[in-house]
Amino acid sequence: MTEQTEAINSVPKTKGSRSVVKILLSILNHFVIRRFLFFIFVVWLASTVIFIIPRLSGQDPVKEKLLLEAQRGGAMQTGLDEMAKTYQKRFGLDQPLWVQYRNFIGDLVKLNLGVSIAFFPRTVNDIVFESLMWTLGLMGTVTILAFILGTLAGAFLGWPRRPGWLQYVFMPLLTLSAIPQYLLGMILIFIFAFKLGWLPLFGGYSPASLPSLTFEFVVDVLRHAILPAFAIVFSSIGFWAIGMRGMMINTQGEDYMIQADAKGLKGARIFVRYAVRNALLPQVTGLALVLGTIITGQVLVERVFSYPGVGDILFQAIRLSDFFVIRGIVIVIVLGIALATFLLDVLYPLLDPRIRVRNS
Amino acid sequence: MVKSTIEETRVSNEQAIKTYRPDARISDIDALIVKDFSVYYETEAGTVKACDNVSLTLKQGERFALVGESGSGKTTLAMGLMRLTRPPGHIAKGSVKLNGRDVTKLSDDEMRKTRLSELALVPQGAMNSLNPVMRIEQQIMDGIIDHLDERDSRPSAQELDEIVKDLLNRVGLRPQVARLYPHELSGGMKQRVAMAIGISLKPNLIIADEPTSALDVVVQRQIMQTLGRLQEGLDASIMLVGHDMGLVAQFADTIGVMYAGRMVEVGPVYEVFSNPKHTYTQLLIQSLPSLKEKKELVGIPGLPPKLIDLPPGCVFSPRCPKPTEECKKGKIEMGLIEVSPGHLVDKCCVNCGQN
Repeated sequence: MTEQTEAINSVPKTKGSRSVVKILLSILNHFVIRRFLFFIFVVWLASTVIFIIPRLSGQDPVKEKLLLEAQRGGAMQTGLDEMAKTYQKRFGLDQPLWVQYRNFIGDLVKLNLGVSIAFFPRTVNDIVFESLMWTLGLMGTVTILAFILGTLAGAFLGWPRRPGWLQYVFMPLLTLSAIPQYLLGMILIFIFAFKLGWLPLFGGYSPASLPSLTFEFVVDVLRHAILPAFAIVFSSIGFWAIGMRGMMINTQGEDYMIQADAKGLKGARIFVRYAVRNALLPQVTGLALVLGTIITGQVLVERVFSYPGVGDILFQAIRLSDFFVIRGIVIVIVLGIALATFLLDVLYPLLDPRIRVRNS
Repeated sequence: MVKSTIEETRVSNEQAIKTYRPDARISDIDALIVKDFSVYYETEAGTVKACDNVSLTLKQGERFALVGESGSGKTTLAMGLMRLTRPPGHIAKGSVKLNGRDVTKLSDDEMRKTRLSELALVPQGAMNSLNPVMRIEQQIMDGIIDHLDERDSRPSAQELDEIVKDLLNRVGLRPQVARLYPHELSGGMKQRVAMAIGISLKPNLIIADEPTSALDVVVQRQIMQTLGRLQEGLDASIMLVGHDMGLVAQFADTIGVMYAGRMVEVGPVYEVFSNPKHTYTQLLIQSLPSLKEKKELVGIPGLPPKLIDLPPGCVFSPRCPKPTEECKKGKIEMGLIEVSPGHLVDKCCVNCGQN
């Protein structure tokens, strides 16, 4: 980056428009900007694919919805076609494909994801945003918690000077990580909610209560979050611990670890600054990728607990072939992954100085 | 073996050997006394005696070189002296007296404090003995900080900065190197940083474990010169571990030849090179290429023995070109005896009488 600023400073101001172009080019060539442009490109490409694929299926979401309503309210087949046409016009589905595409991209730039078909007249933004809060609130917190606990556990497990009893922790962790999260969820529900009745069976909050910022409501939300949180934490601690333990053991064989001992450093310093610091690098890559996918990664867990998160909404949207909501969620997922990768690209050089930034 | 590390490349081997430090300041004080030192590795197949009954003495200011083939136990001995042997290896017996204290009897924390302050390791710095995610200055400072007494006041950042710059200057590096990461340095620079760390607390004994491997010959020479200058500046003793006979001949005052975990010959460099007593040492010296005449390189046929399954009798007998029945059957007990002042050779080869 210093090279970059030097390059900019060295350009004489009197040279006029050519140097302006040069500066612009050099800014465009900056590592962060390049990564950001790539991020935009990925999002655009993914959105285009998302736009095309549902239209290849040949299904008519409006008709599907109307048929469903018709069945629910007793046979009312007459006039269905006209009704479908009216709604298609409302949703803009009667226009030529390229106009639809142009509108779609235009809306996307304005972050307007359209209107839900199944939950009409609620907007997709509204639905996705609300469920995203639940998902990020629970899954985000829990994923980071599992990462921290698992990495710590793995760091100690892979440390030769650890206390002896720690090795008995490893086997249960391994076993737990082999159980699928939804299965662990069901077991937890069965024991703690169904048999013992200590915790609620499902949902993000009690159906009777109204979402508000009162103490009772917060406690209620937390009580609902305990079981899904445990299901996820327990099944992913093992995953992080195994990875970290392996990396720690690899680090032990490095020359700089022997040298750290030969330098007579204190054990704590060798552990933190030499072993963990180096073993952590691949873990961070893993975390960024997992954070990008938490939005969907927990569809099954959210389903099991009927948790009002993105996973649950996605499940319902697919069932009702509400492709505006599906598209909205998929776009959010793409954004999530692309954003996580972008952040990783930008932050990783800070963690590992060997990943040098090419400012050619 | 690389020849051009010898002071003047045009000088032949035979002449170079005579280069003996005229201005060496070797005191009468014994800096290091190693007695019957043994490092064993316990494996499922049995005990591997990687370093067996090694005894040696180093005077303050002396340069001692440990040579031998790969797997002869040089590094095992060096690491054992620092008590850095890792399981399944362990120090089986023996004593290591450093400045009057037996380091094998120190507590772990006392040993930790002894390292770097009295006994420093200069590793193969060109490899990755530096932490890749820490700046050079941090890696020099942390050793200093971890050796502060509780009573000492912590030096300020500025003082530490000065110390780092001074150390870098002494090993011939620019002060700007302090802010760099290891991957931004060349092999020779990394080796210099490794030396800067090694001398940071003015140790009495520096163990340099093949400090010039993976470096080209020009840099090798510079590194050895720097190492020698630093050692003389500190009046420290040095134990150089290596297998480059040419380099050793030029650098060291005394030399110890190891074979299969045992010391087979110890003596002043000039004495050992001009009048080698052990067959293995003779063959090692013969294998050096000569610049005077063009001749085929001579090697030592065979391989070092498996340390888990040593041959009966003299360990070198299977590769010895002229072993007697006594050597093979082991009628002669192994062990060093003095043939001339300071020159010790394994009994087997002395008794052989063929030398």
